[in-house]
Amino acid sequence: MKTTDIVIVGGGPAGLTAAISAASSGAEVTIFERSPQIGGQLIKQTHMFFGSEKQYASHRGFRIADYLLDELNKYKDKVKIYKNATVLGIYEDGVITVDLDGEYIKMLPKRIIVATGANEKIIPFPGNDLPGVYGAGAVQTLMNVYGVKPADKVLMVGAGNIGLIVSYQLMQAGVEVAAIITDLFITGYHVHASKIARMGVPILSGYTVKEIVGEEQVEKAIIAKIDKQWNIIEGTDIEYDVDAVCLSVGLSPLVELLGQANCELRFISELGGYVPIRNLDYRTTNENIFVAGDITGIEEASSAMVEGYIAGLTAAKDIACIHDDYENKISDYRNQLDGLRSGPHSGRLRQGIEKLMGGNK
Amino acid sequence: MRIENHPILEFKRGNEIKFYFDGEEIIGYEGDTVASALHAAGVRVLGESVFKHRPRGFYCAIGNCSSCLMTVNGESNVRTCITPLKEKMTVEIQKGKGEIL
Ligand SMILES: Cc1cc2nc3c(=O)[nH]c(=O)nc-3n(C[C@H](O)[C@H](O)[C@H](O)COP(=O)(O)OP(=O)(O)OC[C@H]3O[C@@H](n4cnc5c(N)ncnc54)[C@H](O)[C@@H]3O)c2cc1C
Ligand code: FES
Repeated sequence: MKTTDIVIVGGGPAGLTAAISAASSGAEVTIFERSPQIGGQLIKQTHMFFGSEKQYASHRGFRIADYLLDELNKYKDKVKIYKNATVLGIYEDGVITVDLDGEYIKMLPKRIIVATGANEKIIPFPGNDLPGVYGAGAVQTLMNVYGVKPADKVLMVGAGNIGLIVSYQLMQAGVEVAAIITDLFITGYHVHASKIARMGVPILSGYTVKEIVGEEQVEKAIIAKIDKQWNIIEGTDIEYDVDAVCLSVGLSPLVELLGQANCELRFISELGGYVPIRNLDYRTTNENIFVAGDITGIEEASSAMVEGYIAGLTAAKDIACIHDDYENKISDYRNQLDGLRSGPHSGRLRQGIEKLMGGNK
Repeated sequence: MRIENHPILEFKRGNEIKFYFDGEEIIGYEGDTVASALHAAGVRVLGESVFKHRPRGFYCAIGNCSSCLMTVNGESNVRTCITPLKEKMTVEIQKGKGEIL
Protein backbone atom coordinates (compact mmCIF):
# COMPACT_ATOMS: atom_id res chain seq x y z
CA MET A 1 0.00 0.00 0.00
CA LYS A 2 1.08 3.57 -0.71
CA THR A 3 2.33 5.40 2.33
CA THR A 4 3.57 8.83 3.38
CA ASP A 5 4.33 10.71 6.60
CA ILE A 6 1.34 13.03 6.70
CA VAL A 7 -1.83 13.22 4.65
CA ILE A 8 -3.70 16.51 4.68
CA VAL A 9 -7.36 16.41 3.73
CA GLY A 10 -8.38 19.72 2.15
CA GLY A 11 -6.28 22.36 0.40
CA GLY A 12 -7.83 25.48 1.94
CA PRO A 13 -5.86 27.99 4.02
CA ALA A 14 -5.67 25.60 6.99
CA GLY A 15 -4.51 22.64 4.89
CA LEU A 16 -1.89 24.71 3.05
CA THR A 17 -0.33 26.19 6.17
CA ALA A 18 -0.36 22.75 7.82
CA ALA A 19 1.57 21.49 4.80
CA ILE A 20 4.08 24.36 5.01
CA SER A 21 4.70 23.65 8.70
CA ALA A 22 4.98 19.90 8.30
CA ALA A 23 7.25 20.05 5.24
CA SER A 24 9.49 22.69 6.82
CA SER A 25 9.84 20.30 9.78
CA GLY A 26 11.13 17.65 7.39
CA ALA A 27 8.01 15.52 6.96
CA GLU A 28 6.76 14.16 3.66
CA VAL A 29 3.29 15.53 2.93
CA THR A 30 0.43 14.63 0.59
CA ILE A 31 -2.51 17.01 0.17
CA PHE A 32 -5.81 15.76 -1.23
CA GLU A 33 -8.18 18.49 -2.43
CA ARG A 34 -11.56 17.63 -3.84
CA SER A 35 -11.96 20.74 -6.03
CA PRO A 36 -10.27 21.44 -9.35
CA GLN A 37 -8.44 24.34 -7.62
CA ILE A 38 -6.29 24.67 -4.50
CA GLY A 39 -7.09 27.37 -1.94
CA GLY A 40 -10.47 26.46 -0.45
CA GLN A 41 -12.74 29.43 0.17
CA LEU A 42 -9.90 31.86 -0.49
CA ILE A 43 -10.05 31.51 -4.24
CA LYS A 44 -13.42 33.22 -4.45
CA GLN A 45 -12.69 36.09 -2.05
CA THR A 46 -12.16 39.21 -4.13
CA HIS A 47 -12.38 41.58 -1.18
CA MET A 48 -9.58 42.82 1.07
CA PHE A 49 -9.34 40.61 4.12
CA PHE A 50 -9.75 41.75 7.66
CA GLY A 51 -7.53 40.31 10.36
CA SER A 52 -3.96 41.28 11.16
CA GLU A 53 -0.78 41.83 9.18
CA LYS A 54 0.71 38.41 9.95
CA GLN A 55 -2.24 36.72 8.25
CA TYR A 56 -2.14 38.95 5.17
CA ALA A 57 -4.96 41.30 6.22
CA SER A 58 -5.83 43.95 3.63
CA HIS A 59 -4.80 41.63 0.81
CA ARG A 60 -7.49 40.20 -1.42
CA GLY A 61 -8.39 36.65 -0.41
CA PHE A 62 -7.57 34.97 -3.72
CA ARG A 63 -4.05 36.43 -3.63
CA ILE A 64 -3.46 34.87 -0.21
CA ALA A 65 -3.94 31.42 -1.74
CA ASP A 66 -1.14 32.26 -4.20
CA TYR A 67 1.20 33.45 -1.41
CA LEU A 68 0.65 30.21 0.48
CA LEU A 69 1.26 28.11 -2.62
CA ASP A 70 4.48 30.04 -3.34
CA GLU A 71 5.67 29.37 0.19
CA LEU A 72 4.77 25.70 -0.13
CA ASN A 73 6.66 25.52 -3.40
CA LYS A 74 9.91 25.94 -1.45
CA TYR A 75 9.45 22.41 -0.19
CA LYS A 76 8.28 20.88 -3.43
CA ASP A 77 10.40 17.75 -3.13
CA LYS A 78 8.56 16.98 0.13
CA VAL A 79 5.02 17.86 -0.93
CA LYS A 80 2.58 16.19 -3.32
CA ILE A 81 -0.66 18.00 -4.13
CA TYR A 82 -3.56 16.18 -5.74
CA LYS A 83 -6.59 18.08 -7.04
CA ASN A 84 -9.91 16.48 -8.01
CA ALA A 85 -9.21 14.12 -5.12
CA THR A 86 -12.05 13.52 -2.66
CA VAL A 87 -11.12 11.66 0.51
CA LEU A 88 -13.94 9.16 0.96
CA GLY A 89 -13.13 7.53 4.26
CA ILE A 90 -10.70 7.16 7.15
CA TYR A 91 -10.77 3.64 8.56
CA GLU A 92 -9.96 2.15 11.97
CA ASP A 93 -6.59 0.83 10.83
CA GLY A 94 -5.64 4.32 9.63
CA VAL A 95 -6.12 3.60 5.94
CA ILE A 96 -7.66 6.40 3.94
CA THR A 97 -9.53 5.94 0.67
CA VAL A 98 -9.60 8.54 -2.07
CA ASP A 99 -11.48 9.11 -5.33
CA LEU A 100 -8.61 10.54 -7.37
CA ASP A 101 -10.00 11.80 -10.66
CA GLY A 102 -12.25 8.76 -10.90
CA GLU A 103 -9.64 6.28 -9.69
CA TYR A 104 -10.08 4.62 -6.28
CA ILE A 105 -6.88 4.59 -4.23
CA LYS A 106 -5.87 3.65 -0.70
CA MET A 107 -3.08 5.07 1.41
CA LEU A 108 -1.68 4.42 4.86
CA PRO A 109 -0.15 7.64 6.21
CA LYS A 110 1.55 7.92 9.61
CA ARG A 111 -0.56 10.92 10.61
CA ILE A 112 -3.61 12.68 9.12
CA ILE A 113 -4.56 16.35 9.35
CA VAL A 114 -8.20 16.95 8.49
CA ALA A 115 -8.88 20.49 7.24
CA THR A 116 -12.12 20.06 5.31
CA GLY A 117 -13.66 23.41 6.22
CA ALA A 118 -17.42 23.87 6.49
CA ASN A 119 -20.82 23.40 4.99
CA GLU A 120 -23.35 26.15 4.22
CA LYS A 121 -26.50 25.82 6.29
CA ILE A 122 -30.04 25.98 4.97
CA ILE A 123 -33.27 27.10 6.67
CA PRO A 124 -36.75 25.59 6.28
CA PHE A 125 -39.44 27.35 4.20
CA PRO A 126 -41.73 26.19 1.40
CA GLY A 127 -39.81 26.09 -1.85
CA ASN A 128 -36.35 25.99 -0.30
CA ASP A 129 -35.42 23.09 -2.57
CA LEU A 130 -36.15 24.88 -5.85
CA PRO A 131 -33.30 25.49 -8.28
CA GLY A 132 -32.33 29.11 -7.74
CA VAL A 133 -32.12 28.78 -3.96
CA TYR A 134 -28.36 28.82 -3.56
CA GLY A 135 -25.82 29.05 -0.81
CA ALA A 136 -24.22 32.52 -0.80
CA GLY A 137 -20.81 30.88 -1.05
CA ALA A 138 -22.01 28.85 -4.03
CA VAL A 139 -23.01 31.98 -5.89
CA GLN A 140 -19.66 33.50 -5.04
CA THR A 141 -17.89 30.46 -6.47
CA LEU A 142 -19.93 30.59 -9.65
CA MET A 143 -19.23 34.25 -10.35
CA ASN A 144 -15.72 34.76 -8.98
CA VAL A 145 -14.12 31.43 -9.86
CA TYR A 146 -15.95 30.51 -13.05
CA GLY A 147 -17.01 33.94 -14.28
CA VAL A 148 -20.63 32.92 -14.68
CA LYS A 149 -23.46 35.30 -13.79
CA PRO A 150 -25.53 33.46 -11.19
CA ALA A 151 -28.85 35.26 -11.75
CA ASP A 152 -30.38 38.57 -12.79
CA LYS A 153 -31.95 39.59 -9.50
CA VAL A 154 -31.50 38.02 -6.07
CA LEU A 155 -32.84 38.22 -2.55
CA MET A 156 -30.09 37.76 0.06
CA VAL A 157 -31.08 36.08 3.30
CA GLY A 158 -28.72 36.85 6.18
CA ALA A 159 -26.78 39.99 7.03
CA GLY A 160 -23.59 38.59 8.48
CA ASN A 161 -20.28 39.34 6.77
CA ILE A 162 -20.81 36.67 4.14
CA GLY A 163 -24.28 37.95 3.22
CA LEU A 164 -23.04 41.52 3.02
CA ILE A 165 -19.85 40.79 1.11
CA VAL A 166 -21.51 38.46 -1.39
CA SER A 167 -24.27 41.03 -1.99
CA TYR A 168 -21.61 43.59 -2.85
CA GLN A 169 -19.82 41.14 -5.12
CA LEU A 170 -23.10 40.25 -6.85
CA MET A 171 -23.51 43.88 -7.77
CA GLN A 172 -19.92 43.97 -9.04
CA ALA A 173 -20.86 41.10 -11.33
CA GLY A 174 -23.84 43.02 -12.66
CA VAL A 175 -26.55 41.28 -10.61
CA GLU A 176 -29.31 43.30 -8.99
CA VAL A 177 -29.82 42.71 -5.25
CA ALA A 178 -33.50 43.29 -4.41
CA ALA A 179 -32.95 43.34 -0.64
CA ILE A 180 -31.01 41.79 2.20
CA ILE A 181 -33.15 40.43 5.01
CA THR A 182 -32.21 39.24 8.48
CA ASP A 183 -34.22 37.74 11.33
CA LEU A 184 -32.76 39.82 14.13
CA PHE A 185 -30.18 42.42 13.20
CA ILE A 186 -27.10 43.02 11.08
CA THR A 187 -24.29 40.85 12.47
CA GLY A 188 -21.69 41.72 9.83
CA TYR A 189 -19.33 44.68 10.04
CA HIS A 190 -21.11 48.00 9.73
CA VAL A 191 -18.61 49.32 7.18
CA HIS A 192 -19.84 46.62 4.79
CA ALA A 193 -23.50 47.27 5.62
CA SER A 194 -23.31 51.02 5.11
CA LYS A 195 -21.49 50.63 1.80
CA ILE A 196 -24.31 48.43 0.54
CA ALA A 197 -27.04 50.67 1.92
CA ARG A 198 -25.39 53.59 0.10
CA MET A 199 -25.74 51.62 -3.12
CA GLY A 200 -29.49 51.64 -2.56
CA VAL A 201 -30.07 48.08 -1.37
CA PRO A 202 -32.55 47.91 1.54
CA ILE A 203 -31.41 45.87 4.55
CA LEU A 204 -34.53 44.73 6.41
CA SER A 205 -34.32 43.45 9.98
CA GLY A 206 -36.99 41.30 11.62
CA TYR A 207 -37.97 39.45 8.44
CA THR A 208 -37.88 35.85 7.29
CA VAL A 209 -38.66 33.99 4.08
CA LYS A 210 -42.32 32.99 4.03
CA GLU A 211 -42.31 31.16 0.73
CA ILE A 212 -40.45 30.81 -2.53
CA VAL A 213 -42.73 30.41 -5.51
CA GLY A 214 -41.84 28.81 -8.81
CA GLU A 215 -42.79 25.94 -11.09
CA GLU A 216 -39.38 24.60 -12.12
CA GLN A 217 -37.19 27.25 -10.48
CA VAL A 218 -37.36 30.39 -8.35
CA GLU A 219 -39.76 32.98 -9.78
CA LYS A 220 -40.80 34.95 -6.74
CA ALA A 221 -39.79 35.37 -3.09
CA ILE A 222 -42.29 36.30 -0.38
CA ILE A 223 -40.90 37.60 2.88
CA ALA A 224 -42.77 38.56 6.04
CA LYS A 225 -42.13 40.10 9.44
CA ILE A 226 -41.69 37.84 12.45
CA ASP A 227 -42.64 38.40 16.07
CA LYS A 228 -40.50 37.62 19.12
CA GLN A 229 -41.52 33.95 18.96
CA TRP A 230 -40.45 33.81 15.31
CA ASN A 231 -44.09 33.53 14.14
CA ILE A 232 -44.96 35.21 10.89
CA ILE A 233 -47.06 38.37 11.35
CA GLU A 234 -49.99 38.28 8.93
CA GLY A 235 -50.36 41.20 6.56
CA THR A 236 -46.67 42.08 6.47
CA ASP A 237 -45.78 40.24 3.24
CA ILE A 238 -43.43 41.78 0.72
CA GLU A 239 -43.04 40.14 -2.68
CA TYR A 240 -39.95 40.29 -4.87
CA ASP A 241 -39.72 39.13 -8.46
CA VAL A 242 -36.32 37.46 -8.24
CA ASP A 243 -34.76 34.53 -10.04
CA ALA A 244 -32.52 33.52 -7.16
CA VAL A 245 -32.46 33.51 -3.38
CA CYS A 246 -29.10 33.32 -1.61
CA LEU A 247 -28.87 31.89 1.86
CA SER A 248 -26.08 33.08 4.11
CA VAL A 249 -27.45 31.73 7.34
CA GLY A 250 -24.31 30.27 8.83
CA LEU A 251 -21.85 27.47 8.36
CA SER A 252 -21.36 24.16 10.09
CA PRO A 253 -18.02 22.31 10.40
CA LEU A 254 -17.58 19.45 7.91
CA VAL A 255 -16.83 16.69 10.39
CA GLU A 256 -18.17 13.52 8.71
CA LEU A 257 -14.73 12.03 8.11
CA LEU A 258 -13.84 12.57 11.76
CA GLY A 259 -17.02 10.89 12.92
CA GLN A 260 -16.20 7.88 10.81
CA ALA A 261 -12.64 7.79 12.23
CA ASN A 262 -13.96 7.63 15.79
CA CYS A 263 -12.87 11.12 16.77
CA GLU A 264 -15.12 12.27 19.57
CA LEU A 265 -17.41 15.15 18.55
CA ARG A 266 -19.40 17.59 20.65
CA PHE A 267 -22.27 19.89 19.66
CA ILE A 268 -21.39 23.50 20.43
CA SER A 269 -23.73 25.95 18.73
CA GLU A 270 -21.34 28.88 19.21
CA LEU A 271 -18.82 27.03 17.01
CA GLY A 272 -21.38 26.17 14.32
CA GLY A 273 -22.45 22.62 15.26
CA TYR A 274 -20.57 19.39 15.89
CA VAL A 275 -16.85 20.00 16.41
CA PRO A 276 -14.04 17.59 17.28
CA ILE A 277 -12.74 17.44 20.82
CA ARG A 278 -9.11 18.49 20.49
CA ASN A 279 -6.21 19.58 22.62
CA LEU A 280 -3.92 22.60 22.32
CA ASP A 281 -1.83 20.73 19.74
CA TYR A 282 -4.99 20.36 17.61
CA ARG A 283 -4.89 16.60 18.11
CA THR A 284 -8.29 14.87 18.22
CA THR A 285 -9.24 11.95 20.47
CA ASN A 286 -7.93 9.65 17.73
CA GLU A 287 -4.23 10.16 18.43
CA ASN A 288 -3.16 9.90 14.78
CA ILE A 289 -5.61 12.54 13.58
CA PHE A 290 -5.16 16.31 13.85
CA VAL A 291 -7.51 19.11 12.75
CA ALA A 292 -7.27 22.76 11.69
CA GLY A 293 -9.47 25.51 10.30
CA ASP A 294 -13.24 25.86 10.11
CA ILE A 295 -13.66 22.17 10.98
CA THR A 296 -12.61 23.03 14.55
CA GLY A 297 -15.31 25.72 14.77
CA ILE A 298 -16.39 28.42 12.31
CA GLU A 299 -13.96 31.32 12.39
CA GLU A 300 -11.96 33.08 9.70
CA ALA A 301 -9.22 32.37 7.24
CA SER A 302 -6.75 34.17 9.50
CA SER A 303 -7.27 31.78 12.42
CA ALA A 304 -7.59 28.82 10.04
CA MET A 305 -4.08 29.57 8.78
CA VAL A 306 -2.61 29.84 12.26
CA GLU A 307 -4.30 26.61 13.36
CA GLY A 308 -2.88 24.94 10.27
CA TYR A 309 0.63 26.10 11.14
CA ILE A 310 0.21 24.62 14.62
CA ALA A 311 -1.26 21.28 13.48
CA GLY A 312 1.49 20.88 10.87
CA LEU A 313 4.19 21.38 13.50
CA THR A 314 2.63 19.10 16.11
CA ALA A 315 1.74 16.29 13.71
CA ALA A 316 5.28 16.34 12.30
CA LYS A 317 6.82 16.35 15.77
CA ASP A 318 4.80 13.23 16.54
CA ILE A 319 6.76 11.32 13.93
CA ALA A 320 10.09 12.78 15.04
CA CYS A 321 10.26 15.53 12.42
CA ILE A 322 10.86 18.42 14.77
CA HIS A 323 11.12 21.95 13.44
CA ASP A 324 14.40 23.72 14.41
CA ASP A 325 12.45 26.53 16.01
CA TYR A 326 9.53 24.44 17.29
CA GLU A 327 9.01 25.98 20.74
CA ASN A 328 9.20 29.60 19.59
CA LYS A 329 6.92 29.01 16.64
CA ILE A 330 4.28 27.21 18.68
CA SER A 331 4.13 29.90 21.31
CA ASP A 332 4.04 32.64 18.67
CA TYR A 333 1.11 30.94 16.90
CA ARG A 334 -0.78 30.45 20.15
CA ASN A 335 -0.36 34.14 20.89
CA GLN A 336 -1.55 35.03 17.42
CA LEU A 337 -4.71 32.97 17.96
CA ASP A 338 -5.37 34.66 21.28
CA GLY A 339 -4.97 38.01 19.56
CA LEU A 340 -7.31 37.12 16.70
CA ARG A 341 -9.96 35.92 19.13
CA SER A 342 -9.75 38.85 21.52
CA GLY A 343 -11.86 41.40 19.61
CA PRO A 344 -15.34 42.62 20.52
CA HIS A 345 -16.84 40.61 17.62
CA SER A 346 -15.48 37.33 18.99
CA GLY A 347 -17.51 37.03 22.19
CA ARG A 348 -19.59 34.08 21.05
CA LEU A 349 -16.54 32.36 19.62
CA ARG A 350 -14.70 32.71 22.93
CA GLN A 351 -17.68 31.21 24.74
CA GLY A 352 -17.71 28.27 22.33
CA ILE A 353 -14.01 27.60 22.74
CA GLU A 354 -14.40 27.87 26.51
CA LYS A 355 -17.13 25.19 26.36
CA LEU A 356 -14.94 22.96 24.22
CA MET A 357 -11.65 23.35 26.05
CA GLY A 358 -12.63 24.26 29.59
CA GLY A 359 -9.58 25.99 31.08
CA ASN A 360 -7.18 24.82 28.32
CA LYS A 361 -7.58 27.34 25.55
CA MET B 1 -24.53 34.07 -18.95
CA ARG B 2 -20.82 34.85 -18.69
CA ILE B 3 -19.46 37.87 -16.81
CA GLU B 4 -17.52 39.99 -19.29
CA ASN B 5 -16.55 43.12 -17.36
CA HIS B 6 -15.57 42.96 -13.73
CA PRO B 7 -13.95 45.69 -11.62
CA ILE B 8 -11.44 43.32 -9.98
CA LEU B 9 -11.27 40.04 -11.83
CA GLU B 10 -10.22 39.30 -15.34
CA PHE B 11 -11.58 36.06 -16.73
CA LYS B 12 -9.23 34.39 -19.15
CA ARG B 13 -11.34 31.69 -20.65
CA GLY B 14 -9.64 28.58 -21.95
CA ASN B 15 -10.43 26.77 -25.18
CA GLU B 16 -14.00 26.04 -26.12
CA ILE B 17 -15.26 22.64 -25.04
CA LYS B 18 -18.17 20.93 -26.75
CA PHE B 19 -20.39 18.68 -24.65
CA TYR B 20 -23.87 17.19 -24.73
CA PHE B 21 -26.69 17.89 -22.30
CA ASP B 22 -29.56 15.42 -22.75
CA GLY B 23 -28.43 15.11 -26.36
CA GLU B 24 -28.21 18.83 -27.07
CA GLU B 25 -24.81 20.26 -27.98
CA ILE B 26 -23.54 23.00 -25.63
CA ILE B 27 -20.29 24.95 -25.62
CA GLY B 28 -18.37 25.56 -22.40
CA TYR B 29 -14.78 26.54 -21.72
CA GLU B 30 -11.70 24.84 -20.38
CA GLY B 31 -11.67 25.57 -16.65
CA ASP B 32 -15.45 25.17 -16.33
CA THR B 33 -17.09 22.53 -14.23
CA VAL B 34 -20.05 20.70 -15.74
CA ALA B 35 -22.40 22.73 -13.53
CA SER B 36 -20.83 26.12 -14.31
CA ALA B 37 -21.00 25.46 -18.05
CA LEU B 38 -24.63 24.40 -17.78
CA HIS B 39 -25.52 27.44 -15.70
CA ALA B 40 -23.81 29.75 -18.19
CA ALA B 41 -25.94 28.14 -20.89
CA GLY B 42 -29.08 28.86 -18.90
CA VAL B 43 -29.62 25.35 -17.53
CA ARG B 44 -30.54 25.58 -13.87
CA VAL B 45 -32.53 22.38 -13.36
CA LEU B 46 -29.92 19.65 -13.04
CA GLY B 47 -32.02 16.76 -11.79
CA GLU B 48 -35.08 15.66 -9.87
CA SER B 49 -35.59 14.43 -6.35
CA VAL B 50 -35.78 10.68 -5.94
CA PHE B 51 -39.26 10.29 -4.42
CA LYS B 52 -41.29 13.42 -5.17
CA HIS B 53 -39.62 14.19 -8.49
CA ARG B 54 -39.14 17.84 -7.65
CA PRO B 55 -36.61 19.82 -9.66
CA ARG B 56 -33.08 20.07 -8.27
CA GLY B 57 -30.32 22.61 -8.91
CA PHE B 58 -26.95 23.07 -7.28
CA TYR B 59 -26.78 24.40 -3.72
CA CYS B 60 -23.21 24.56 -2.38
CA ALA B 61 -21.15 24.43 -5.61
CA ILE B 62 -18.16 22.98 -3.74
CA GLY B 63 -19.00 19.28 -3.49
CA ASN B 64 -20.69 19.11 -0.08
CA CYS B 65 -24.40 18.66 -0.57
CA SER B 66 -25.09 16.33 -3.55
CA SER B 67 -27.84 18.60 -4.86
CA CYS B 68 -26.16 18.67 -8.30
CA LEU B 69 -25.93 14.93 -9.03
CA MET B 70 -26.22 14.00 -12.71
CA THR B 71 -25.28 11.14 -14.98
CA VAL B 72 -21.98 11.96 -16.72
CA ASN B 73 -20.55 9.73 -19.45
CA GLY B 74 -22.94 7.04 -18.26
CA GLU B 75 -21.79 7.20 -14.64
CA SER B 76 -24.58 8.14 -12.24
CA ASN B 77 -24.46 10.33 -9.12
CA VAL B 78 -21.62 12.55 -10.28
CA ARG B 79 -21.25 15.85 -8.37
CA THR B 80 -21.27 18.12 -11.40
CA CYS B 81 -20.28 21.22 -9.41
CA ILE B 82 -16.72 19.91 -8.91
CA THR B 83 -16.35 17.82 -12.06
CA PRO B 84 -14.13 19.52 -14.65
CA LEU B 85 -15.77 19.80 -18.06
CA LYS B 86 -14.16 17.69 -20.77
CA GLU B 87 -14.56 17.53 -24.54
CA LYS B 88 -17.51 15.42 -25.78
CA MET B 89 -18.85 14.67 -22.31
CA THR B 90 -22.40 13.41 -22.22
CA VAL B 91 -24.34 14.90 -19.35
CA GLU B 92 -27.84 13.71 -18.52
CA ILE B 93 -30.57 14.49 -16.03
CA GLN B 94 -30.77 11.52 -13.71
CA LYS B 95 -34.10 9.98 -12.83
CA GLY B 96 -34.21 8.12 -9.55
CA LYS B 97 -31.15 6.84 -7.75
CA GLY B 98 -29.18 5.91 -10.86
CA GLU B 99 -27.49 2.64 -11.74
CA ILE B 100 -24.53 1.67 -9.59
CA LEU B 101 -22.74 -0.43 -12.18
C1 LIG C 1 -17.99 35.32 1.60
C2 LIG C 1 -16.91 35.01 2.58
C3 LIG C 1 -16.09 36.03 3.03
C4 LIG C 1 -15.06 35.77 3.93
N1 LIG C 1 -14.25 36.81 4.32
C5 LIG C 1 -13.21 36.58 5.15
C6 LIG C 1 -12.30 37.63 5.52
O1 LIG C 1 -12.43 38.78 5.06
N2 LIG C 1 -11.28 37.36 6.38
C7 LIG C 1 -11.10 36.09 6.86
O2 LIG C 1 -10.13 35.87 7.62
N3 LIG C 1 -11.94 35.07 6.53
C8 LIG C 1 -12.99 35.28 5.69
N4 LIG C 1 -13.84 34.23 5.34
C9 LIG C 1 -13.71 32.92 5.99
C10 LIG C 1 -12.66 32.03 5.40
O3 LIG C 1 -12.82 31.93 4.00
C11 LIG C 1 -12.73 30.63 6.02
O4 LIG C 1 -12.76 30.75 7.41
C12 LIG C 1 -11.52 29.78 5.64
O5 LIG C 1 -11.48 29.59 4.24
C13 LIG C 1 -11.51 28.43 6.35
O6 LIG C 1 -10.36 27.71 5.94
P1 LIG C 1 -10.31 26.12 5.93
O7 LIG C 1 -9.00 25.76 5.32
O8 LIG C 1 -10.64 25.62 7.28
O9 LIG C 1 -11.52 25.65 5.02
P2 LIG C 1 -11.81 25.87 3.45
O10 LIG C 1 -11.25 27.14 2.95
O11 LIG C 1 -13.26 25.62 3.31
O12 LIG C 1 -11.01 24.67 2.78
C14 LIG C 1 -11.37 23.33 2.97
C15 LIG C 1 -10.99 22.57 1.73
O13 LIG C 1 -11.18 21.18 1.96
C16 LIG C 1 -11.70 20.58 0.81
N5 LIG C 1 -12.37 19.33 1.20
C17 LIG C 1 -13.49 19.18 1.96
N6 LIG C 1 -13.79 17.88 2.11
C18 LIG C 1 -12.85 17.18 1.42
C19 LIG C 1 -12.62 15.79 1.21
N7 LIG C 1 -13.42 14.86 1.72
N8 LIG C 1 -11.55 15.43 0.43
C20 LIG C 1 -10.72 16.37 -0.10
N9 LIG C 1 -10.89 17.70 0.08
C21 LIG C 1 -11.94 18.10 0.84
C22 LIG C 1 -12.64 21.63 0.25
O14 LIG C 1 -12.88 21.44 -1.13
C23 LIG C 1 -11.87 22.92 0.54
O15 LIG C 1 -11.06 23.31 -0.53
C24 LIG C 1 -14.87 34.46 4.43
C25 LIG C 1 -15.69 33.41 3.97
C26 LIG C 1 -16.69 33.66 3.04
C27 LIG C 1 -17.54 32.50 2.54
S1 FES D 1 -23.97 21.64 -5.37
FE1 FES D 1 -23.47 20.75 -3.50
S2 FES D 1 -22.37 19.00 -4.15
FE2 FES D 1 -22.66 20.05 -5.99
